[in-house]
Amino acid sequence: MDILSGYNREKSNLVSILQAFQHELGYLPEDIILRVADYLRISPATVYSVATFYPRFKFVPSGKKVICACRGTACHVRGGGRVLREIEKQLGIKAGETTPDMEYTLETVSCMGACVLAPAMMVDDEIHGQMTPAKVSEVLDGE
Amino acid sequence: MNEISLNIDGRKVTAKPGMTVLEAALENGIYIPYLCYSPDLKPHGGCRLCIVEIEGMEGMPTACTTPVAECMVVRTSTPDIDDVRCNILELILADHPLDCLTCVKNQRCDLQKVAAYLGISERILPHNDRNIPVDDSNPFFKIDRNYCILCQKCTRTCDEITCANAIEVISRGYESRIGTFGDKPIMESNCQSCGECVVSCPTAALTIKESAVPAYEVETTCPYCGVGCGMYLGVRNGKIVAVRGSDSKANSGKLCVKGRFGIAGYVHSEERLRSPLIKKNGKFVEASWDEALSLIAEKLSSYPKEQVGIISSSRCTNEDNYVAQKFCRLVLGTNNIDHCARLCHAPTVAGLAQTFGSGAMTNSIEDISEADCIFAIGSNTTEAHPVIGMNVKQAVRRGTKLIVADPREIDLVRFADIWLRHHPGTDVALLMGMIKVIVDGKLHNIDFIKERCENSEAFMESLKSYDIDFVERITGVPREQVIAAARMYAAGNPSSILYTLGITEHSHGTDNVIAIANLAMVTGNIGKRGSGVNPLRGQNNVQGACDMGALPNVYVGYQSSTSPETKKKFEAAWGGNLSIEKGLTTPEMFNGACDGTFKALYIIGENSVLSQPNSNHVIKALSSLDFLLVQDIFLTETAQLADVVLPAASFAEKDGTFTNTERRFQRVRKAIEPVSGSLADWEITCRIAEAMGGKGFDYENTSQIMDEIAALAPCFGGIKYERLESGGLQWPCPNADHPGTPILHTKQFACGKGKLTPLKYRPSEELPDADYPLILTTGRRLFHYHTGTMTRKTEGLNIFMGRERVQINPADAAKLGLNDDDAIKVISRRGEVEAGVEVTRVVPPGVVYMTFHFAETPTNMITSCAVDPVTQTPEYKVCAVKIEKSVCL
Repeated sequence: MDILSGYNREKSNLVSILQAFQHELGYLPEDIILRVADYLRISPATVYSVATFYPRFKFVPSGKKVICACRGTACHVRGGGRVLREIEKQLGIKAGETTPDMEYTLETVSCMGACVLAPAMMVDDEIHGQMTPAKVSEVLDGE
Repeated sequence: MNEISLNIDGRKVTAKPGMTVLEAALENGIYIPYLCYSPDLKPHGGCRLCIVEIEGMEGMPTACTTPVAECMVVRTSTPDIDDVRCNILELILADHPLDCLTCVKNQRCDLQKVAAYLGISERILPHNDRNIPVDDSNPFFKIDRNYCILCQKCTRTCDEITCANAIEVISRGYESRIGTFGDKPIMESNCQSCGECVVSCPTAALTIKESAVPAYEVETTCPYCGVGCGMYLGVRNGKIVAVRGSDSKANSGKLCVKGRFGIAGYVHSEERLRSPLIKKNGKFVEASWDEALSLIAEKLSSYPKEQVGIISSSRCTNEDNYVAQKFCRLVLGTNNIDHCARLCHAPTVAGLAQTFGSGAMTNSIEDISEADCIFAIGSNTTEAHPVIGMNVKQAVRRGTKLIVADPREIDLVRFADIWLRHHPGTDVALLMGMIKVIVDGKLHNIDFIKERCENSEAFMESLKSYDIDFVERITGVPREQVIAAARMYAAGNPSSILYTLGITEHSHGTDNVIAIANLAMVTGNIGKRGSGVNPLRGQNNVQGACDMGALPNVYVGYQSSTSPETKKKFEAAWGGNLSIEKGLTTPEMFNGACDGTFKALYIIGENSVLSQPNSNHVIKALSSLDFLLVQDIFLTETAQLADVVLPAASFAEKDGTFTNTERRFQRVRKAIEPVSGSLADWEITCRIAEAMGGKGFDYENTSQIMDEIAALAPCFGGIKYERLESGGLQWPCPNADHPGTPILHTKQFACGKGKLTPLKYRPSEELPDADYPLILTTGRRLFHYHTGTMTRKTEGLNIFMGRERVQINPADAAKLGLNDDDAIKVISRRGEVEAGVEVTRVVPPGVVYMTFHFAETPTNMITSCAVDPVTQTPEYKVCAVKIEKSVCL
């Protein structure tokens, strides 16, 4: 696998390698975890332990687009909850789920560091600030 | 070392430098509450309950992570500290069931202990019932996360002690839990089921399924492999209900899956023999001891003495073996006694005796981990000697270099710096090639060779035939790896070699052992801690069976049976005439039986039908005997062929000693009464001896037998039961004041100078060809032992591995159209056996791997008759086979 050949077998490369696979595949399938474990000569459980600590690592395939609603304090007081409910309504899924057509995955995050734009949401890597429920369809349609 | 004095709660106490405050307090009898501390693990500082106040330090440092310092003033309990502790405990209790009275850990629970200390009387925070399903997939223990307090002692044990890392903390925050890869049931993980995590758990999150609080415990020695782990058998109402590791030097409290969970299943098996059996008209009939003994006495007396013999047992005690060889030599009048070391480490005894003068492990288990470099060749340590395997892995974690030489990708490979995947049977070329690299690179220890060894000129000259082209071609190992391994081993100061049957079970097994001895001598890796040539013995007391003289060429203590002086000495001691003729080895007895020159055999605790190579020949030999007497705890495949079968007591039912792989005499203590109708092996042999008119078999107990051993064998002269009470003794131990010998050959070799020995590479006898294109190599798996007579009585071990699955490389499997669990026939020139398939890259293309654990797949039907010419040890590790798909299994 090309990704592995870019790293030496130091255990300290674990998170970087997982990030590379997450980026490439959108999630970390079991066979990849086993391969990474084998490559770094650590137990698969250890790799899994590290991977499950970070919310960015997924273990099931995500939708083509990952929608992320912020539930941080600033977003909360400025109506982030309503925005989230509207996204859930429009996509027909709850936070943490993926649409059956594998188009969208909806996630929440404790803070995306864009408090000045609260309430904020993110579509893949693009932040949309000062959201309202009314703007949700605009953002989703625009994608 | 200077002691440190400090003040804890107003008491002046002393501590050793490097101790933590918690250790200092506990050692001085001052309790500080804790949940995550264990003396066997690195300080963790996770539970925060051991917080203390230390003058001059800010805040509340954890006692388990704070080293002691001179004049330190520590307070372990103040209102502020206890307030914080109560808060922590209340948070834990919010999630924890309060069903203490009906909990299996009641009164043995650390959480309970801490709650009592803090005076917790009610749950203050709202209860949150976690309701997590119990994982009871493992047959021996269950995981109930509702009781888990996330102290991480289990995961740290699985990391630091066993180095398996099967369980870890997964997820984060409130979702954190102990889990496996993929959060699957523990049975689907790489858990080795050693149970160390269960032992470490302070609550009822990890508990043994079938266990009860014992009424009493007896310390004894494990009956499985040669590590010789100390263990406590917990007994209640005559039954073994619990097993735990004891703090013996061999195992420091650790046990493996077989020792911890595989004892009661066979000791209390319904299949245990309970009466002597005599075969009448082809059927076994129960008989009284008197009837059986008089028949045996009559039969054994009726043949010329050279036509009678004994196969003794590596599983029996030293005392059993001593009495067996005394009976053989004194009463039967012959040196025809042998045991299963013939099948395993006889080349070690021969090869090391020839080069060093003593054929045993040179160093101790505890100093292996002090090596700078460990070279494991032909040793699947983690499966065959699991507790030593843990030590090796721990050493690697601490920075020891590891070289593994094995055709199979064994578990240790994952920990190795260099893995030499040589072709089976090419060890001499590999080892001598490494020596040539070392000498050519001037990495050899010239002083050591000059002072301690002889024959170096001829030896150095002989290395010419091992140039790297030849070595690479023969072994299949790329030259860079051979060179790197040689340099790594030579650079290690010190370096230790571990090996087992991958070295000895070849038609050139003795040569392999000598090659290893050469490598150690050339680099001076002998006679100091962390170095040495360390053959790991396979069975619990195979070292002892050799030591006790259950061999045709030596009496107890390796005194030659063909020396007139020795003969005279033993004739005087035992009061009778002895033979000076060298006795027959096991293969010679079997060959003699087949051609009618050997008539009667007494087999003690050995299942030859499954353990010897080419079983058809063994069955023919045993069936051709006029009289076969088998003494065992079960009606084994071998016992079924007997004329008379005698019921023996198991290790749990008798006193005695086992000698483990590091030459350590350790006590075996009677924990329960023998199964009704059975007797200890030595008692049975004594009764037979007396029935035949033998004198000197009226021992009252095994301690008397040991005294006789000590009186007759100079190297065991100081072994006495009283001295074995604290930790055992390693021979040589010549007198009552001698402390035992942890390391051999420290000043000079047992034979004076070490003999560097030129060797010629010889290929294995039976190599693959067009008709039989695959190499079969055999060995053990973790969950079973030898021919399975003991381990297969434990249902849980059968759940882990219930039948033979032949390991085959995916490339070969594809050629043959085989998938996992397909039924196949493995066929050699000597026969065929049926088995299942495991397709795996563990074996290289062209090689298949089988065990001899399963009577349903008697692998030794097909193994080769080729033997090592020096010791007649069979070539179990290499023979040619072909594989066909079966229609059904």
